[in-house]
Amino acid sequence: MYLVLLETSLASTLTLPIVIVGGLGAIFGLVLAFASKVFHVEVDPRVTQITEALPGANCGACGMPGCAGYADAIVHNGELINKCAPGGSDAVFAIAKIMGVEASTSVRKVAVIHCSSGGYNNTKWRYSYEGVSSCKAAVNIAGGPNKCNFGCMAQNDCMNACMFGAISLDENGIRRIDYDKCTGCGACAVACPRQLIMLIPIDRCVYIKCSSKDKGNIAKAVCGNNQPCIGCGICSRNCPVNAITITDNLARIDYDVCINCGICATKCPTKAIEDLLAGKRKKAEINPDKCVGCHICAKNCPVDAIAGELKEKHVVDKDKCVGCEICFQKCPKKAIEMK
Amino acid sequence: MGYLGELFVMAMTAIFIQNFVLSRFLGLCPYLGVSKKLDSAMGMGLAVIFVMTLASAFTFLINKYLLIAFHLEYLQTIAFILTIAALVQFVEMVIQKNAPALYKSLGVYLPLITTNCAVLGVAILNTKSFRTDGVTPYNFLDAVLNGFFSGVGFTFVLLVMAGMRMKLEQVPLPKSMKGMPIGLILAGTMALAFYGFMGFKI
Repeated sequence: MYLVLLETSLASTLTLPIVIVGGLGAIFGLVLAFASKVFHVEVDPRVTQITEALPGANCGACGMPGCAGYADAIVHNGELINKCAPGGSDAVFAIAKIMGVEASTSVRKVAVIHCSSGGYNNTKWRYSYEGVSSCKAAVNIAGGPNKCNFGCMAQNDCMNACMFGAISLDENGIRRIDYDKCTGCGACAVACPRQLIMLIPIDRCVYIKCSSKDKGNIAKAVCGNNQPCIGCGICSRNCPVNAITITDNLARIDYDVCINCGICATKCPTKAIEDLLAGKRKKAEINPDKCVGCHICAKNCPVDAIAGELKEKHVVDKDKCVGCEICFQKCPKKAIEMK
Repeated sequence: MGYLGELFVMAMTAIFIQNFVLSRFLGLCPYLGVSKKLDSAMGMGLAVIFVMTLASAFTFLINKYLLIAFHLEYLQTIAFILTIAALVQFVEMVIQKNAPALYKSLGVYLPLITTNCAVLGVAILNTKSFRTDGVTPYNFLDAVLNGFFSGVGFTFVLLVMAGMRMKLEQVPLPKSMKGMPIGLILAGTMALAFYGFMGFKI
């Protein structure tokens, strides 16, 4: 009887499914609405913001379980922010902005390449590499195509890893980093199988252009650019703050100590130290009207370029000043200008 | 055949012979997406086992006491989707509040599989499957266990895939083959291997 009714009457055929499915939906909706109040958990607002900035495709390209999982990993596990392939650079900039609110006090880092060879004319090749165009493949074949066992293999893994187009080839085929575009994400540093790329604070823009641990004579013989670090130690001896150490025939700069004076770059006999600020540094000058003679600048000057007795006007010796700006930051009366 | 034998057949079928990913081709999205790292593959696998078991139980009840009782079997898909999505959302909220540790290892994967075809697939297949005698439909316990074993099967191939892809990371591949292309080839090869189980009579 019941069945017959269902089949004959349109109204009763429609009513039951609507009531049941609609009822199910209503009940589930109410339960969920209720549960979202009862089981509400406070989450870091940045996680929600980043989740919204991501494309929401849940594709898993980042290796994390979905966009929410990636957002959580960025905030809580310090995951790199450039892993979202579908989101591209838009997503990265959006995330950088969200995460940057808190990180704005820390200094921006940029990538530098610790090798000056790898170009068309400035590399001594061991053999002509014609395999798969990847540094990771090239490095495995007889120690790499570059005669220098520590040198760039010129297969551009770093360029391909950069999501911002910050690494390009100059007219000689050498990889150059555009510091306006570099976000310091570190993708290139990971991509380089020889770890030639390092992140350094952008206000410490002096770096060694070589990674060779070979002895000086060997390094000189294999470097196509003729600018290897030969481990002579001249930079280390001339550094006013002892920020440079020589280990394994290679100079290393401790950026926690470095004052960015650029002296090492001028002293290096093989020109293996790059100073991005060379010629652009300003010298300190003390405004005698504002100086109260507190002697703080002189005490902090790493090169003893400031002379003057306590409670008297101080003077900067411009020949000695290296333009590190330490006194400029320390002066309580803002009497020092960089000119 | 006793009930234990029945269970053995069910488990072997769900894990090897009719594996959800490699034989039925359901749930391919998480299979390719979350198989890059072993630990996230493990988390995903556990979440799938959990959701499949729960979904099997609830959809079985909905099917029996609402749909079949009112002769509305044709609404199965829509009713099941609704039930599974709501259920998973609810469970996610509960464990986020009451079991933060569990939520950490499982929670992020849950929203991904609320409307996954493998979960809906196990719910629908439960209503259409029979025991080895070919006439007895699954009862409640059968359905729940089938859901559980299907989840185990999914987890099994996901872990195998993740292990292989982690090894592949070290291999110098042509650029055009990196990532998804080689993953798809790998998945196809695995499916071929599992094809060997087809037609197995237990």
